[in-house]
Amino acid sequence: MTTQAATMPNLASGPKLTRGRIMAWAVMILLIFITLFPFWWVVRTSFSTQKLLLSDTTSLLPVGFTTANFARVLGLLSTEQAIAAGGTGQAINFFLFLRNSFIVTTLLVLGQVFFSALAAYAFARLHFPLRDKIFFLYLTALMVPGIVTLIPNFILIRNLGWLDTFQGIIAPKFLMTPFAVFFLRQFFLTINREVEEAARIDGASLFGVFWQIILPLSIAPLTTLAILVFIGEWNDYLWPFLVGKDESVRVLTVALGIFRSQTPQGAPDWGGMMAGAIVTMIPTLILFGLAGRKAIDSIQFSGIK
Amino acid sequence: MAITAEAVQAQTKPRWLTPWLRGETWFAFLFILPSMIGFILFYAVPAVRGLFISFTDWDLLTPAQPVGLANYQKLIMDVDFWKALWVTLNYAVINIFIQTVLAVLIAVLMDRLTKSIFVRGVLILPYLFSNVVVALLWLWMLDPTLGIVNSFLAFIGIGRQPFLGAPSQALATIAGINIWRHMGYTALLVFAGLQTIPKDVYEAGAIDGASELSMFWNITLPLLRPVLVFVLVTTIIGSFQVFDTIAITTQGCPAQATRVIMWYIYEFAFDRFNMGYATAISIALFLILILITLLQLRVLRAGESDL
Repeated sequence: MTTQAATMPNLASGPKLTRGRIMAWAVMILLIFITLFPFWWVVRTSFSTQKLLLSDTTSLLPVGFTTANFARVLGLLSTEQAIAAGGTGQAINFFLFLRNSFIVTTLLVLGQVFFSALAAYAFARLHFPLRDKIFFLYLTALMVPGIVTLIPNFILIRNLGWLDTFQGIIAPKFLMTPFAVFFLRQFFLTINREVEEAARIDGASLFGVFWQIILPLSIAPLTTLAILVFIGEWNDYLWPFLVGKDESVRVLTVALGIFRSQTPQGAPDWGGMMAGAIVTMIPTLILFGLAGRKAIDSIQFSGIK
Repeated sequence: MAITAEAVQAQTKPRWLTPWLRGETWFAFLFILPSMIGFILFYAVPAVRGLFISFTDWDLLTPAQPVGLANYQKLIMDVDFWKALWVTLNYAVINIFIQTVLAVLIAVLMDRLTKSIFVRGVLILPYLFSNVVVALLWLWMLDPTLGIVNSFLAFIGIGRQPFLGAPSQALATIAGINIWRHMGYTALLVFAGLQTIPKDVYEAGAIDGASELSMFWNITLPLLRPVLVFVLVTTIIGSFQVFDTIAITTQGCPAQATRVIMWYIYEFAFDRFNMGYATAISIALFLILILITLLQLRVLRAGESDL
């Protein structure tokens, strides 16, 4: 390490402040600024008084600090109060949409991770006829883009009478995704067989081995997958937009889209929309805060599948 | 005991049957059963069914009428389809080029300056949020009269821009929004790739008196190729299916400047309820994606590393 630093000072991450390093830091700080500033602007707008946003467009701090936008989109104000605070008077209930998003995402994380783990274990460990052929079929589905199955899946859900129901929104990804099965199988292959064999000799059933040995040993990859599924499904738009527009099952992303399209052309309700955006972002932020490094590594991993 | 039982079965039953009678087989199929149901119902059957629907004329209300290849014939003559494809291609090129350059720049900067988890966390932040949130955020920032970006441009003398409101700027603006969301994520992938390059390669280069720039061109980029191929293939597949951002902001307008292929499919399927033609376009898109991917893998020699 020392010799390396001595032979090529321009590459080593030493503390020397050359002109190049200062410029590099300047570019880096600019990029961080470009990444973060829009988030501040969302916060600033959501805490501003809706009417004042039209007159003061550049103040870096909220104009006329207020929490009325949040109260309004969460449905806590009466119609008169909402109109006074700059809304259209339409009832908006982001509490309901937040609940719907939680129901859909939680069910999808639990179902997809559990059922994919069952299948991945069989593909990684058990011997049965057609195993490799079936797994290969799953893999080919990994290559097919979503658009090919989108319309037939919509028709299927419609024929089942599942439009505007939770089961309609979660059905396509509840039992498996090819990526989840593939991802977990790769990990299960690396688990030491001896532990399982010892348990089998002690009389454990195949399901006992899976439940008491494989799953506890796989907390890390299961968490990674759960984080990826959570982020993907929480943010999903097109599918829930097609099959779940009704308020009773409307998730946050769909609600934001409808909020945007219903807003009058002349004076959009920016304060309300940005407050709605923040409500949508907070659960992801909490997950990110709790999982921290794990979340970053998970996302980084998803690229190198 | 189990062995003898199996041996007896093997003698009395045909050979191919034996593995099917083992307890493990039954168990295994029980394990994969839920995923098989999901796979057959929502992947396998829909894919085949999509192909069948594309040979019909179907509005969902009356029974589907078989029309043979009529949808595909219509597709070839459909000027708007080719226009949508052209718009999508333009979008993909802008998106891929700028995003990849920016991602490599950020990754190299991170590699040299800091491996801080905080910086990585900040750069990946936009990727954590929905396309919908990101689209709304930029719709507000880029608003012609009230948006902060235009206030800034007016302040420094460049003047206000219509961005999403002008046919000449809308598509590039959409690309810009998605680049903003993805550049940090892509940079992290490239950054991970950079960590796999052994440092002594650079050491040797430095001893030979290579400049930093020539080392970047002759060492870093070639050795990054497997990661870059992955990034390019996934970015191009993603770019060809861009939908959310357009659904929230321009909806194909102004003057069809942002009517990408996905929006075109959406219009036929869910505005005009022309399921046959919509699935025909989606299958055409699928074939185009396969073609591009194969071409890319060949040109970029994906499997090989120069190491």
